[in-house]
Amino acid sequence: MAIEFKPSPSLPPPSNAVGAVAWVRKNFFSSPLNIFLTVFSFYILYLLVPPTIEWAFLDATWSGENKDACTAGGACWAFIVAYFDQFMYGLYPQTEYWRINLAAILLALLIGMYAIKAINKLILSIAVLVVYPVVAYFLFAGGILGLEVVETSLWGGLFLTTLLGVVGIVASLPLGVVLALGRRSNMPIVKSVCVVFIETVRAVPLITILFMASVMIPLFLPDGLNFNKLLRVLIGITLFSAAYMAEVIRGGLQAIPKGQYEAADAMGLTYWQSMLLVILPQALKLVIPGIVNTFIGLFKDTTLVYIVGMFDLLGRIQSATHDGDWLGTTTEGYAFAGFIYWAICFGMSRYSMAVERKLDTGHKRN
Amino acid sequence: MSEKTTTNTSFFNDAGNRALLFQVVLLTAVVAIGYYLFHNLQANLQNQGISTGFAFLNEPAGFPILIHLIEYTEAGTYGRAFLVALINTMLISFIGIVLATIIGVIMGLARLSQNWLVARLATVYIETLRNIPLLLQMFFWYFAVLAALPHPRDSIIFGDFFLNKRGIYSPNPIFQDGFGVVIFGFLACVVASIALIIWAKKRQTRTGLWFPAYWTSCGIIVFGTIACYFLAGAPVTFDLPEASRFNVKGGMVLVPEFVAVLVALSTYTGAFIAEIVRAGILSVSWGQTEAARSLGMRDSITQRLIVLPQALRVIIPPLTSQYLNLAKNSSLGAAIAYPELVAVVMGTTLNQTGQAIETIGLCMLVYGSLSLSISFFMNWYNKKMSLVER
Repeated sequence: MAIEFKPSPSLPPPSNAVGAVAWVRKNFFSSPLNIFLTVFSFYILYLLVPPTIEWAFLDATWSGENKDACTAGGACWAFIVAYFDQFMYGLYPQTEYWRINLAAILLALLIGMYAIKAINKLILSIAVLVVYPVVAYFLFAGGILGLEVVETSLWGGLFLTTLLGVVGIVASLPLGVVLALGRRSNMPIVKSVCVVFIETVRAVPLITILFMASVMIPLFLPDGLNFNKLLRVLIGITLFSAAYMAEVIRGGLQAIPKGQYEAADAMGLTYWQSMLLVILPQALKLVIPGIVNTFIGLFKDTTLVYIVGMFDLLGRIQSATHDGDWLGTTTEGYAFAGFIYWAICFGMSRYSMAVERKLDTGHKRN
Repeated sequence: MSEKTTTNTSFFNDAGNRALLFQVVLLTAVVAIGYYLFHNLQANLQNQGISTGFAFLNEPAGFPILIHLIEYTEAGTYGRAFLVALINTMLISFIGIVLATIIGVIMGLARLSQNWLVARLATVYIETLRNIPLLLQMFFWYFAVLAALPHPRDSIIFGDFFLNKRGIYSPNPIFQDGFGVVIFGFLACVVASIALIIWAKKRQTRTGLWFPAYWTSCGIIVFGTIACYFLAGAPVTFDLPEASRFNVKGGMVLVPEFVAVLVALSTYTGAFIAEIVRAGILSVSWGQTEAARSLGMRDSITQRLIVLPQALRVIIPPLTSQYLNLAKNSSLGAAIAYPELVAVVMGTTLNQTGQAIETIGLCMLVYGSLSLSISFFMNWYNKKMSLVER
């Protein structure tokens, strides 16, 4: 009679090697250095978090007519509430706010329609890129259909920031593509024009370009012909980020194997066909993170228009803190602006990660 | 696909001809636009009665500059003011680059830390600072933090350091006559250390024996310099700041403008550098570390000889562009009246003289050459560190 071999069931791992205890041991107390770091981090948290929460929420004042209402010792959010309209719309006439809101809703609707499969994307893109800007321009500036004319000098706040950001982003991408293609062109003159432009713009800070747009461009135009400062600044910002965009896209173009170019040529595609149908779709996909980083940089850089005398979100906050009724509320103003910029930029970077994952067709090596 | 294939293609169907034509058109357009703008410029300048040229650099400037490392008074010329501003820009860029690198390396390593809490804190730091505009951060440091410091009469005092609205006051070292000896001693120690490192390397290649050259040279430099200092009779005295009734006098002052620009620049750029450092270290595959361990290397040597050199190859190119960004971003100091190039030349000088072309051109030239020299240096370093291929 055979004796059946019956192994006893294996013991569970020791209780300090699994579960929460193990996790805490491994992450917080694995070595003397680690223990020190843990204690140090907790100390920093203790220094930062409770006072911040107390200041921003527990002791904060949310409503009031002026600084005197803020007696609790915490943040004076009443300042933000009082100035909220100005921070959003600048000095745009209050009765006309609906025009900006309408334009924003229209844009959101149009972008939302990309999600609907039944709609022709080409027609939609024409609507977004050609029709919408015209409509939005007349909505903002007025002057037709009985809309009151609003000077661009009154445009400001988050509205101006968004306008600069969106126009800059939409215009700099195609310009960057053209510059990048030009830089990789076989034609020596085209190539040198692009290289000189890109390298010159990249070598100087944005401020000098904005100064140039606001001070120097009028000198270069014939007497009497002069255009709006907002437009000049927009051109400056667009050209600036187009140069950076061109370098990012060039990186993508270089990463496409030569075989792709040769295959496109062998198919008898023209230069533009092979670029638009074969090379660019792959190259742009590769450099999405870089493109979005350039977008984020551009959005942050729009704050510099304050230096040449335009009042975007930061500029509006900066001038509101000089209001005699609200002296000493700078921190609240900056916290508010910081939160808005942070939310938009962080959102963009997370969105780009999602797009990257969605478009990833597994050609990347990793 | 047609049956009739012709050998003589039309002129415009030939790629070479089209390229030529296209380039001629482009060149003509560029030249024509350039000429048109130049023509307008001349006409406009004539109408406004502005004389071109750099003669204005020799005229007295008549405005004070808050921070000047070289001698400068209101009677100085615009040329002198330009030089002062240039030095200020280079000063803040240089210190900023050093600080940002230190912050970036620490934060990058912290984000990779095994300690969960440290890694999270570093992530929060990086994601917060990267996503908020630099100008806003400068305003925050200048108008919210530094402006909230107490008045000079109730300064915060740490020993010989005073902290108040007007800046940070610290003891100012005054170098006496014998200090040349100390500098000479320091240089001699550096040369000796370099010689030691070269010797140690040669001996190691020849015999395989290892010598702790880096630690030894650190010791030589530190202790050698200290010894020289005392041998020369301690030739440094300190000018201590003193609190008078309403003000703090003497000592070395770091004005708030400088501190705000420096802190904002280095913490902001540090956050970007942290991400670069992290990506660089992650790019070295774990197999390299395992291989080094199986050869019996200690962890510190693994890091220094295996991981770091490979990570540096990935780190250096993007690091260069961060350094360039920092130098260019120092121009934002103009917004809080730090007297750097943009503030002095494109701000005050332009307003007083109206020489728009010259001042803006000068600024662009300076930033261009600053960028070029940084990238030249970093390219040289990159080449030195890069993989030697067969």
